[in-house]
Amino acid sequence: MSKTNIQLIVDGKRIDGRSPGELRPINMKVGIVERADGSAQVSFGNTTIIASAYGPRTLYPKFLQESDTGILRCRYMMAPFSVDERKSPGPDRRSIEISKVIRLALEPVIFLEEFPRVVVDVFVEVIQADGSTRVTGINAASLALAMAGVPMKDLVTSCSVGKINGTLIVDLNGKEDNNSEADVAFAMIPSKNKITLLQMDGLLTKEELHKLLQMARENCMKIYELQKRALKEKYRSD
Amino acid sequence: MDRKVVLPGEFLEEKKGRKLGKGVYEEGGKVFAKVLGIPRISENQISVISLAGVYLPKVGDRVIGIISNVEISGWIVDINSPYNSFLPLSEAVSEFVDIYRTDLSRYYDVGDVIFCRISKVTKNKLVQVSMRDMLSRKLYGGIIIKITPSKIPRVIGKGGSMIQLIKQKTGCNVYTGQNGVIWIRGENKAKAIEAILTIEKESHIIGLTDKISKLLGGEK
Repeated sequence: MSKTNIQLIVDGKRIDGRSPGELRPINMKVGIVERADGSAQVSFGNTTIIASAYGPRTLYPKFLQESDTGILRCRYMMAPFSVDERKSPGPDRRSIEISKVIRLALEPVIFLEEFPRVVVDVFVEVIQADGSTRVTGINAASLALAMAGVPMKDLVTSCSVGKINGTLIVDLNGKEDNNSEADVAFAMIPSKNKITLLQMDGLLTKEELHKLLQMARENCMKIYELQKRALKEKYRSD
Repeated sequence: MDRKVVLPGEFLEEKKGRKLGKGVYEEGGKVFAKVLGIPRISENQISVISLAGVYLPKVGDRVIGIISNVEISGWIVDINSPYNSFLPLSEAVSEFVDIYRTDLSRYYDVGDVIFCRISKVTKNKLVQVSMRDMLSRKLYGGIIIKITPSKIPRVIGKGGSMIQLIKQKTGCNVYTGQNGVIWIRGENKAKAIEAILTIEKESHIIGLTDKISKLLGGEK
């Protein structure tokens, strides 16, 4: 998707009819990859992601093992059909970077020191991309880890915020993402109110950033409730 | 009926001088769950029984292992955990063995199934198992199935009630390891496996023994 000249905000309504502070319809389902220890599918509007978690399991090659702690490996992958123009498969500069920020966002909550010499693997597969894939990926990954039974301080909840035509908005979609003045990816540990990921692209004033962080926090709490409901749904007996 | 399920990060109770069991952590006097599971809160302990997860070896656990390699002075045992364990010769055989002349595969060979005890776990999770007690033995024939380790207590039941039920109704020989491995031998093993897998799937339901009794009811 490239730059468009259409007005992205008209009369306080966004291109898909949302108000600036509104999230897209969110859908979460836990336990969809049968052979994985834990898995989840999360969609924010048209963005759909499947995350699967494996482990803790023995780490090979052996030289990667840490004698006093376990390690977390994350892989973010976009399916070739996930975007408008075919994405050539395999890791590229962007996926490698996003893999790393997802790992850094998840690492603070996992009790890795309980598992010396082993690895926890998280695979984040983008099935359909329409903006905010990394934050959707983090939401899915934390659900997958919880389902795999990995000891965690809390779930990690994430959402994106940004600015278009001077308006501060929440949960950017693909078009907004490409034409925004600024976008911020944000992840937090809801019960501890701590931030684990904060990336920004574009220009913002200090006040705007503070306002956006406040908006992101509020929306993360909403997403957190949905995450909890999705997990509890899985273990409800009829 | 439903048991309450807690999620990682969920606040359970104030600590108030109680002991912390598995699956919980403490922060500023408050106790939180760290795994997805069923909370157990009593007067002297707070813990969460996980609904998923791998087996982490603990000294004294009785486990079922599979010999995965024969070394010069012992065996490597796969105990269904991220960590392999080592069975030294001295912990396995009581007679004198001249390791320069004997091939240890005459005692245990790759693929053999043993019922053993975790005798040592270091801080870095190097694990040693032992066969030096009355209950440990090599298991001949039969088949093994694997379930979530935290659900083994449900398969055994209160005071062994569930496992006794399965053994009686199916006439099978059943060994359970704390590592989630179950060994079954007998005519009616299909029925026993069905019962065990049902227990695993529905472990969070109250009144499971009656249900399993009904499931196996057709048998004598």
